Amino acid sequence: MDTPSDTHLTEKGLPLAAGKGRILLIACGALAREILDLKAANRWTHLDLTCLPAKLHLYPEKITDSVRATVAKHRGQYADIFVVYADCGTGGMLQKACDEMGVRMVAGPHCYSFFEGNDSFAKTAQTEITTFYLTDFLVRQFDAFIMKPMGLDRHPELRDMYFGNYEKLVYQAQTDDPALTAKAETCAQTLGLAFERRFTGYGDLEETLKTL
Amino acid sequence: MSDEDEIILAELNDEDLVQQMFDDLYDGLREEIEEGVNILIGRGWAPYDVLTKALVGGMTIVGADFRDGILFVPEVLLAANAMKGGMAILKPLLAETGAPRVGKMVIGTVKGDIHDIGKNLVSMMMEGAGFEVVDLGINNSVEKYLEAMETEGPDILGMSALLTTTMPYMKVVIDTMVEQGIRDDYIVLVGGAPLNEEFGKAIGADAYCRDAAVAVETAKEWVSRKHNSAKA
Repeated sequence: MDTPSDTHLTEKGLPLAAGKGRILLIACGALAREILDLKAANRWTHLDLTCLPAKLHLYPEKITDSVRATVAKHRGQYADIFVVYADCGTGGMLQKACDEMGVRMVAGPHCYSFFEGNDSFAKTAQTEITTFYLTDFLVRQFDAFIMKPMGLDRHPELRDMYFGNYEKLVYQAQTDDPALTAKAETCAQTLGLAFERRFTGYGDLEETLKTL
Repeated sequence: MSDEDEIILAELNDEDLVQQMFDDLYDGLREEIEEGVNILIGRGWAPYDVLTKALVGGMTIVGADFRDGILFVPEVLLAANAMKGGMAILKPLLAETGAPRVGKMVIGTVKGDIHDIGKNLVSMMMEGAGFEVVDLGINNSVEKYLEAMETEGPDILGMSALLTTTMPYMKVVIDTMVEQGIRDDYIVLVGGAPLNEEFGKAIGADAYCRDAAVAVETAKEWVSRKHNSAKA
């Protein structure tokens, strides 16, 4: 499957290209590339994928209902459905909805956590409360997820109101891409934060999908 | 804008000036707000009237349009920044002249959480509504909240969290208050993006407040209820 552009994944998501899979993955658009990569590398033909627009993360209160609607839409076509979202700011509402619908979802508070590994992240996060995280997707879509919605493109003077309590930007790299690392470093400079690159690979995302 | 169109604030009568200040707050124009506040004070307005009629009045419009999806966070922050400029002028004057005090609140973000935009907005709007606010800042442990409640004797404890991972800490604070037998001495209000009413009830808070304007209304209502029951 050709991967749509990041902008498309942010705005529209990824439509279902029904294959031969018996399990449907309903994922966040921010994870489309990673999941397609894992599917191809592992030949997971039993998994089909559709993604919701990644921009739902700007309105986390909309995530649960969007997932509910997508599960309802495809329920008849698949023996099993797996939701590839973490809690993602839904305050437990997504887990509750998945429990009610009888579908499983990825464990953890958000993708920063499962990319690093939930256990490891839970330990480091306590000592990293002034750290801002970006993934590959978020580095590529920095303008769409940070600069524009926070108004920093129009009002850079707001930067310290948003980021004044942060100290460091950690780029959680899923891939080795020097250009992306350079962009991540520029993002850190833009936000006035120290920079650290931390290679995570796909972390618990891969481990979780392996079990399906 | 041409010179002819430029609005000279000092030339406006009081009513037009207040209307203009509403517009300037809406547009986040801090310098214009500061100028407007100084003009009204110079005309003999009581600082409390400037605060409530010009600044809070303007921010109420901003809050309503934010709730209705007309304004977004960046615009609200710009408006808040403008109001902050006006408040900085008024605060010492309010302290000198005295102003009605509705109640007192201790507020802070919970342990592990450094996100203070919402908390800062609530603090500012509470002050605007006549509450004395003791702002504990970010990343507060249960001990810090308890100490502040003991030393400050507030009517209200306000806790804020942005993260799913930090919001459960509110329950730690409330449970500790219950253990120490002081829970009912305070009104506990909670807020933050991932919270909801159900969560507020589940952890034993008195109310969940979805935005700064709701926080102010809820605080007024609960304080008035508390005072009424104390009189009864």
